Amino acid sequence: MLQKILWLLTASFALPALALDGEVIVHDPSTIVFHDGRYYTYGTGAGLPILTSEDGWTWKRAGSLMSAVPGGKAGPEVLAKGGNNTWAPDVIKVGDQFFVYYSAPGTQPKSAIGLLVCPTLSPEAPGYKCEDRGPVVWSDGVEDSNAIDPGVLLDPDGRLWLVYGSYFGYIRLVELDPKTGLRRDPNRKPVNVAINSEAAILLHREGWYYLLVTHGSCCQGANSTYNIRMGRSRKVTGPYLDNMGVDMIEGGGKLFAASRGRHIGPGHFGLLDLGDGVQKFSLHYEADLDRGGVSVLDIRPLLWRDGWPVAGDNLVAGAYSIESARTGTVLELAVQGSPVGGFRQRRGGPPGSSIVASGPPTSGPPPEGAPFVPQIGPPIADQEPAQVAANWPTVTGVRLAPAMLQAQQKWIIAPVAGVGGYPGAPYFRITVAGTERSLTATQGGELEASSFTGAPEQLWRIDQLVDGTYRISPKSVPDSTATWALSAVGSSTPTLSKFDPASDRQRWLLGAP
Amino acid sequence: MRIALFVFSLSLAASGLVHAQEAARPAPSTLTRPKGDAQPVDSRGFIHRWFVLEPVPVAGRLTEPAVKEALKLAALPETAQPSDGAKVTINGTEHAWHALDTLNYNLNLYHFAWSLSKPTSNVLFWVETAIDAPREMQNVRLAIGSNAASRWWLNGEPVIALNDDRQSVIDDGVSRRVTLRKGRNVIRAAIINGGGATDFCARFLDENDRPLVGLNSRL
Repeated sequence: MLQKILWLLTASFALPALALDGEVIVHDPSTIVFHDGRYYTYGTGAGLPILTSEDGWTWKRAGSLMSAVPGGKAGPEVLAKGGNNTWAPDVIKVGDQFFVYYSAPGTQPKSAIGLLVCPTLSPEAPGYKCEDRGPVVWSDGVEDSNAIDPGVLLDPDGRLWLVYGSYFGYIRLVELDPKTGLRRDPNRKPVNVAINSEAAILLHREGWYYLLVTHGSCCQGANSTYNIRMGRSRKVTGPYLDNMGVDMIEGGGKLFAASRGRHIGPGHFGLLDLGDGVQKFSLHYEADLDRGGVSVLDIRPLLWRDGWPVAGDNLVAGAYSIESARTGTVLELAVQGSPVGGFRQRRGGPPGSSIVASGPPTSGPPPEGAPFVPQIGPPIADQEPAQVAANWPTVTGVRLAPAMLQAQQKWIIAPVAGVGGYPGAPYFRITVAGTERSLTATQGGELEASSFTGAPEQLWRIDQLVDGTYRISPKSVPDSTATWALSAVGSSTPTLSKFDPASDRQRWLLGAP
Repeated sequence: MRIALFVFSLSLAASGLVHAQEAARPAPSTLTRPKGDAQPVDSRGFIHRWFVLEPVPVAGRLTEPAVKEALKLAALPETAQPSDGAKVTINGTEHAWHALDTLNYNLNLYHFAWSLSKPTSNVLFWVETAIDAPREMQNVRLAIGSNAASRWWLNGEPVIALNDDRQSVIDDGVSRRVTLRKGRNVIRAAIINGGGATDFCARFLDENDRPLVGLNSRL
């Protein structure tokens, strides 16, 4: 038991209770864009502060986007329609240019949404300069609209849509021209699609448009009630109904993400599609209690269930069973297992059979004529590695076998500090509990378990896929530049192979051992 | 009760008590004598032509140490080269090789041994075949199923080890990526059975885990 407590302590000690790493303070982050080897997001603040990351895990602040605009601030038309604030932008790449829509509120609800057009987002690139194309939409301070919080979608038909608004009046929809980023038909009246919300954005999937908005109150730290809600429609113009059929324009909205644990007030959804069936979403928490209650960026898995997006959670350190979705068998060291509680016969059989009736193992048959009374035995303790690992080789193969709660099947998945990560999470080590035997990628794309050294082939990226299963990939494989994923080839054999999003071979279930 | 009787009759058969009183048993319906020089693998890649050695009695336990012990106990003489009808002596008992084609994707060792009035429980079967590859093939895998535990070698190298009581499931055990050399490649396996049914199947998978066809087995 002491050893078990020590494992858990070890695992907990390394647990990243924080959302992302580095300089992650942000409010109202834009959709994250990957460009020229870096991730970028922009937030509310003077000049639209830039957060950037090489790996999606460790972030740093890198100045403000308005420094790329001649004059360093919004143009006069934007200032006239709205005001001299720069809030809550959204960014999208269309063709070979980036459209950055930003909020420029004056005294709300008088506000405007301006457009910056940038050929690159990389401040180091020679052509790093953004053009201010003026206001796209605005609210005059009287109408039922507060024109801030833009969210843009390029749908599968190549049509570009903008939703915007914040509490006062409606969330509105207009169509944009993908060539200019400006309104396609400025004289056309915006379509009202929701109320009582802000931070609206659209998704499209399998014929449905999804409108995600943030309900509740912002900007009150740990007292914020921000939560992300959604509805869906077959038409981009709505009506957007929630799971109970309530129109979002009448206040409906199926919950997508609410406060949980030490992260209070999630808001400002942004899709981060990594391809190969891996989707994540960005958001900010109004208060991260582990960082003094400041507002921080996070990236979490995006799942889909019954036609609705579901907010996944990044993996936390702990003891896991790693089960193949293909075979239903679990990853284990290739060592001789021992049954939990030791070898014993099934209990509860009739007298005279080889199945003992109750209590501890007895020698010989039960007394003649003894009544058969099956009895529940005492609990059997979990198997500790020290009980069974004495003869395990230091380096072993790994294989798949039926789950039986045996020591060689219990894996501690724990983050490794200082080695970077990927969008939403750090790299993990995967080690058999109570031992140093860690899952290791070997030359040629095979696997073994060996002592942990921190080498890249022992660092694992664990992405939750849209169906809730996990893709498990080594940071690298010796002498290979290919991208590999843990794969079940046959019932009993794990290996590494190219990820196929359509196959169960590389899908894994992580659960309690 | 039926199960108990079945087990009882199996035990008798395994013990050999009934063998002396029995007439010759019919040949298994799924096994035939090979015809022709080479036998192509089937459309799913399964190998149908094998040498099978008559079963060697072992303890029949199936843990990893027990399988290693069984392999020691029933070790083939190093010079043993299978040919139809050739005999090898193991632990003072002669065992004959049989060249067989199976009509199914798997080879039913229980039918094989039963038809010869040999024990089917607590036994080890040696099997061997050779695969002709038309060219060198890299990054392929040997994929097998066995009832029960088994050990597999390709061109003398150990490639698959399955322990414990298990059923013959297609692609249950799969080797690491291996290279089939152009021409003859020898597969040898030992299948250890505790009790009841016993069989195996084998094929190669390509680098995308698809069955490898276009191969021939040649004894």
